[in-house]
Amino acid sequence: MLAMPPVDQAVIARRDAIAQALRAIVPDGVIDRPDALRVYESDGLTAYRQPPLLVVLPETTAQVSQILRWCHDQGVKVVPRGSGTSLSGGALPLADAVLLGMARFNRILDIDYHDRIVVTQPGVTNLALTRAVEDRGFYYAPDPSSQIACSIGGNVAENSGGVHCLKYGLTTNNVLGVELVLIDGTVLRLGGRTLEPAGMDLLGVIVGSEGLLGVVTEVTVAILPQPETARAMLIGFPAVEAAGAAVAAIIAAGIIPAGMEMMDKAATHAAEAFVNAGYPLDAEALLIVELDGPQAECDHLIAAVTQITQGHGCTTCRISENEADRLMFWAGRKAAFPAVGRLSPDYYCMDGTIPRRALPHVLTRMAQLSAHYGLGLANVFHAGDGNLHPLIMYDANVPGQLEQAEAFGADILRLCVEVGGVLTGEHGVGVEKRDLMPVMFSAIDLAHQQRIKCAFDPDLLLNPGKVFPVLHRCAELGRVHVHQGQTAFPDLPRF
Amino acid sequence: MAKTPTLRPGNTADLIALIDAARGAGTRLDLRGGGSKAGCGAPVDPAATAVDMRGFAGIVDYDPAELVLTVRPGTLLTEVEALLAEHGQMLAFEPFDHGPIHGRAAGDATIGGVIAAGVAGSRRLSRGGARDHLLGFRAVSGRGEAFVAGARVTKNVTGYDLPKLACGSWGRLFALTELDIKTLPRGETALTLALDGLTAPQAVAVMSRAAGSQAGVAAAAHHPETHHPAGGVTALRIEGFAPSVAARCALLERLLADCGAVRVMEPAEAAALWDDLRTLGSLRNMPVLWRVVVPAAHVCRVTAALAPTPARWVMDWAGGLLWVGCTAEGLPPATLRALAAAAGGHADLVRADEALRRACPMRAALPPALAALEARVRRAFDPAGLFETGRFGDD
Ligand SMILES: Cc1cc2nc3c(=O)[nH]c(=O)nc-3n(C[C@H](O)[C@H](O)[C@H](O)COP(=O)(O)OP(=O)(O)OC[C@H]3O[C@@H](n4cnc5c(N)ncnc54)[C@H](O)[C@@H]3O)c2cc1C
Repeated sequence: MLAMPPVDQAVIARRDAIAQALRAIVPDGVIDRPDALRVYESDGLTAYRQPPLLVVLPETTAQVSQILRWCHDQGVKVVPRGSGTSLSGGALPLADAVLLGMARFNRILDIDYHDRIVVTQPGVTNLALTRAVEDRGFYYAPDPSSQIACSIGGNVAENSGGVHCLKYGLTTNNVLGVELVLIDGTVLRLGGRTLEPAGMDLLGVIVGSEGLLGVVTEVTVAILPQPETARAMLIGFPAVEAAGAAVAAIIAAGIIPAGMEMMDKAATHAAEAFVNAGYPLDAEALLIVELDGPQAECDHLIAAVTQITQGHGCTTCRISENEADRLMFWAGRKAAFPAVGRLSPDYYCMDGTIPRRALPHVLTRMAQLSAHYGLGLANVFHAGDGNLHPLIMYDANVPGQLEQAEAFGADILRLCVEVGGVLTGEHGVGVEKRDLMPVMFSAIDLAHQQRIKCAFDPDLLLNPGKVFPVLHRCAELGRVHVHQGQTAFPDLPRF
Repeated sequence: MAKTPTLRPGNTADLIALIDAARGAGTRLDLRGGGSKAGCGAPVDPAATAVDMRGFAGIVDYDPAELVLTVRPGTLLTEVEALLAEHGQMLAFEPFDHGPIHGRAAGDATIGGVIAAGVAGSRRLSRGGARDHLLGFRAVSGRGEAFVAGARVTKNVTGYDLPKLACGSWGRLFALTELDIKTLPRGETALTLALDGLTAPQAVAVMSRAAGSQAGVAAAAHHPETHHPAGGVTALRIEGFAPSVAARCALLERLLADCGAVRVMEPAEAAALWDDLRTLGSLRNMPVLWRVVVPAAHVCRVTAALAPTPARWVMDWAGGLLWVGCTAEGLPPATLRALAAAAGGHADLVRADEALRRACPMRAALPPALAALEARVRRAFDPAGLFETGRFGDD
């Protein structure tokens, strides 16, 4: 189990006074009844639960600024929360921290079709953005599978991706600006409606900062015209190696599909049993390739992809003839998580990225690990960019299995780093991968990252316990000279 | 030009030793690549020691199918582009060499300089900037410590996205020693469509309509009538596989039928036009050059205000980027900066004589709270201000 920062009992003892102070800022927006707080006790990483000290639900930037300034002055920690769908525990509350819910920031402020920009409050859901502009033929490109629920503010904090980010980029590539409130209440604008910000690209650091640097109160995003057509191909291979080689050959041929997803046999079977999408059950690896653009381009690329995949020995190749087909091809992939959920009481979704060329090796090693831990595994994979989502099947009611599943997951992530990849491709570090950070980064690397945290939040009050395995006090970090993974303060409390 | 001797470290250990020595001696360091952008910013403090980073050169790893290139920053941009072209790939943000803008020969720019200055060309409109293509790096900070950030894969959210900060840092945070850059397939063909004789507002409307269409316009630029030898021209570049380019061009011709005659540019004319947006040859005779980044929707507020002045301009990024050339007297910096700010953007001074560069900072002043935050971030990497050479006027 992960250790969280030591709880400040003095803050807990002041709970009623804190509630009163926050009510003075947001009269109708403070939740302190224990049963009501339980709603907020976890995010999408449900194995971890902790009711917050209090919840506050501001409605305006001025309120956010006042809340943060008050908490800063009083030394009270704050955990920002969007829709609570984080899979890495980014929005996990702390017993002695105020949970700052952004759900009331639910308005789209401006749509500018001339420059293809939407200015929105951060509590608006990802899908609502697309809904707001689709009548005019536009959409917001990053499409996490959680898009019905997750908020744009959460997307910014996690730098979320989706199946279309191979061609259209992650959140960071589609956000132009934010309004940000620092922990001392300062309100700033980073970036805006221009293609480049003035000054350094601090916006680039805010995106993906997991709620540790500031609270985002407004977001400016780019929207894109919907493609004229989109067609999907469903391609089965008798071996994972062949499927991997086909993916590399497609890219080497100069084709960047709108989406390119792979599922292994276990995931294919689970999905087929769940949605009857017509997936080939004999395939060891199934590829879904989506091509979009003008009709002529789709036709051309479908012919090219067909030729390449046949050259790599595919055993089935179906091409969507209409929108219903296309959606059906995707239905199984999109339902892969719940489909695996039906096979097993619980599942644990991992999120490492690897260089694609390492795929056969990584799959073999994961199969060995699966045997070692005695836990089932199904793999879905953003094949175009090497982002793996192994789903570990376990039963939380069997004592020890959760811990086994976590150990298995950690081994998978170590393996990803070992082959030149990373701990997380899109779900974030949060609490989940916090203690694995030293697998990828040295103490010196982490100290350079943490000094950014100190530049924004020197008292470490915003979302502590996330991302950094050891959070050094900033004054010490400023002085310390870290050498070869050894800090000058090896005995600092590790939470 | 720096008066003290130039140092040229060849490996990370040398670089660390050099930075440690500078810290001890209180010397400032002027990190430079090929020097193609040396004319940007205030003259460097003559007491600063120039550090030539071209000792860190060479391709480290390139696997086209992974879409990742690892390269040392001192490698020439031309060398990188030639290697990628051999494999049918490109740097999609279309970086360019500042040499010609500053009256120097082309070919000196290094990839490290391009990244540190965050240089993106016409394709910025559709493919993002340098910041969207730097995946990871190795560097030595002003603390004399080597560190890594990001990674060699295209999808990664592990830790803070420091590569974003590296782009546009102008060597003020750390000395880059290795870069992981995203590469992308180069379009098989490219065609440029042109409309002639449009006014600036008409051109901006055409470019907006085109960029908002399903034609997937790669780049959109406008040369005004008065300043272009061939008369005003609005250009839309389409790239991709041949059948796709044909379909997209047909779509645009239909879409823009009510805006004037749409013609396909001859390849030579198209090449010259896009080349001019890199070298700014048409503003060659203007001693002062500004790079004005504004929302395209408001760019004509700036061009309209410039009309009575001797300033000339060209428009890129569908109007989101305005290059403005003028004489030192023709357009006071404060006037242009105020115009840019009123239009919701900002103006960087790219070319000027020494006197003006001394008097006018390259970048517009930031609001105080933001400037303070930026300074804290700089100090996080460079506590002693080793990399502050006076060039950006804010140390
Ligand atoms: C079924 C399912 C499928 C998913 N699929 C994908 C997927 O395909 N791709 C993907 O990338 N992710 C996916 N996710 C993960 C998750 O949906 C994303 O990380 C999402 O962006 C989180 O948004 P949220 O609003 O729920 O944020 P929360 O979970 O509430 O918070 C996430 C983090 O953001 C911070 N935060 C939230 N709002 C703000 C703000 N306004 N200012 C500052 N910090 C803030 C929080 O402190 C926390 O650290 C999935 C999750 C689920 C449950």
